[in-house]
Amino acid sequence: MALSKKKNTAIKDCASDKVFYAIVNVIMFVILLIVLVPILNVIASSFSSGEAVSAGKVGLWPVNPTLEGYKAVFKYDDIMTGFKNSVIYTVFGTIIHVVMTLLCAYPLSRADMPFRDRLMFLFSFTMLFGGGIIPTYLLMESLGIINTRWAILIPGSISVYNMIVTRTNFQQIPKELLEAAKIDGCSDFRFFATMVLPLSKAIIAVITLFYAVGLWNVYFHATIYLTKMELQPLQVILKNILIANQQNADALTGDGDAERANFQDLIKYALIMVASVPVWCVYPFVQKFFVQGVMVGSIKG
Amino acid sequence: MKKNTKNNDTVINEGAVVIRKSTWKKMLEAWQLYVLIALPVIYIIIFNYIPMLGVQIAFKNFLPRKGIWGSPFIGFDHFVEFISYPQFWQYFFNTIRISVYSLCASFPIPIILALGLNVMRCKAYKKTVQMLTYMPHFISVVVLVSILTQFFNPHVGLFANICKTLGVTYTDTPMAKAAAFPHLYVWSGVWQNMGWSTIIYLAALSSADVETTEAALIDGATRFQRLRYIDFPTIVPTAIIILIMDFGKIMSIGFEKVLLLQNNLNIETAEVITTYSYKLGFGTTGDGYRRYDYSTAISLFNSVINLVLIVTVNKISSKVSETSLW
Repeated sequence: MALSKKKNTAIKDCASDKVFYAIVNVIMFVILLIVLVPILNVIASSFSSGEAVSAGKVGLWPVNPTLEGYKAVFKYDDIMTGFKNSVIYTVFGTIIHVVMTLLCAYPLSRADMPFRDRLMFLFSFTMLFGGGIIPTYLLMESLGIINTRWAILIPGSISVYNMIVTRTNFQQIPKELLEAAKIDGCSDFRFFATMVLPLSKAIIAVITLFYAVGLWNVYFHATIYLTKMELQPLQVILKNILIANQQNADALTGDGDAERANFQDLIKYALIMVASVPVWCVYPFVQKFFVQGVMVGSIKG
Repeated sequence: MKKNTKNNDTVINEGAVVIRKSTWKKMLEAWQLYVLIALPVIYIIIFNYIPMLGVQIAFKNFLPRKGIWGSPFIGFDHFVEFISYPQFWQYFFNTIRISVYSLCASFPIPIILALGLNVMRCKAYKKTVQMLTYMPHFISVVVLVSILTQFFNPHVGLFANICKTLGVTYTDTPMAKAAAFPHLYVWSGVWQNMGWSTIIYLAALSSADVETTEAALIDGATRFQRLRYIDFPTIVPTAIIILIMDFGKIMSIGFEKVLLLQNNLNIETAEVITTYSYKLGFGTTGDGYRRYDYSTAISLFNSVINLVLIVTVNKISSKVSETSLW
């Protein structure tokens, strides 16, 4: 705003300003490079041929472009199971988490609800202190949801941080709207469903993205709550192949030893892409709402 | 018209009545709100408060047969065992080293980046930088550690490639060096989150006082002076809140990533209190024996330090700068 005004009022940039803008632009370019180079290398490698990758020839552009890495990845059963599981966890988990968060945030945004501050404390205290891994594990065991899909879908339904962000957004809806609706005999249920939710599309989009990304990337919970192979999400399969360097990578590849060696690194790059691209395709659409997603507001008010 | 006035009257009357209403009556009126929040309350009690009760096994000799409540009470034995454990101080300092280093690096960099973004005049360039620096934030820890492993791989990695071009010999990956672990952990975190963390500062900057900026322009302030005296003070309250929240995470920072980056060669600097507690609890320390009670005691020790830290920092901050979390 101020900058465009500056141009309009025709106050010329002084020399020191020009230098300053130039320095800032250069620094930003360097930062952009630092962020992008490792990612570009992964993208380029995933589209290169196995020999080029194993020989360490790939920089920021594919060498002998092929899709053989991706073909090999999608032929492998464990990866397909993991992919399918991750889609299930992401879709159903996000629905549960978003609904629970909205149900929690709206009443807590209403100043006219008795005991609101005490209820709020019940939730915000969990940000400061928790039972820890073992007591939670024992609870899950006694609930009998270890080794079921529920172990991923239910815990974490309410991220208190997301809930407070949502509540802060709900609080910005003008009070007059509620008062007017009340006079017309509108119930709280109906006001929530027909006024609050449609007015809060931006924040709902943001928390949906946050939860979906969290569920797509779920790794640690899966390793402790799930032992059955057929329930594992993609990240666990990835960990076994990429970091633990298990034999699985061999099973992916062809018969000959040379061919196998050439393939192993290529497949790792292709896998990194398969795990990341779905999220990279989605977040730019929600990007303009991100600001709403970080406005924490106060815990008390 | 007449109807309208009548309506207004009733509103005023109702308003007057509301003040005198008993809490019980107000609760009855808001029953639908309680219905809405019922499920979340049940959820938080089951999944957050029941495990808090389970913390008592830290003071007990946990016997699976007798359960959490029936196991015999033994007092602070587990805590004493942990503090007198020969490697206690090593794990303690590893935790502090990683988190303080991480705080020092990951706190100022997003502020600098946000101030820079705010200075940029080419909208398209600014938008591109923003969108692309968010990218690493969305990848999982597993993928991040994989990218690191591949990047530093001495045979196929890009780093080896760069070294070859520059004529530097590069043979050992830093992934297997104890001395390199804190740097790897911290700078990969900076790489992943610096773009994302600017959002909150940019939001604060967009609410900067326009009139002050105009006054400064008329007085002939340079862009750098405006950055120093207008933009920077605008984000200080936000920065304090972020700092408080970061302090609260000091003992528990990035547990999954530490676990994934660990290997036999760097364990000396890479074992932190939370990972040690996890290994004891899930029997991956070697003897395969799950020590639920001892593990819980260690993690309780950790959370209590955390709690004390965040409460203290919040108190100090609300006294000194009138900015606080609660």
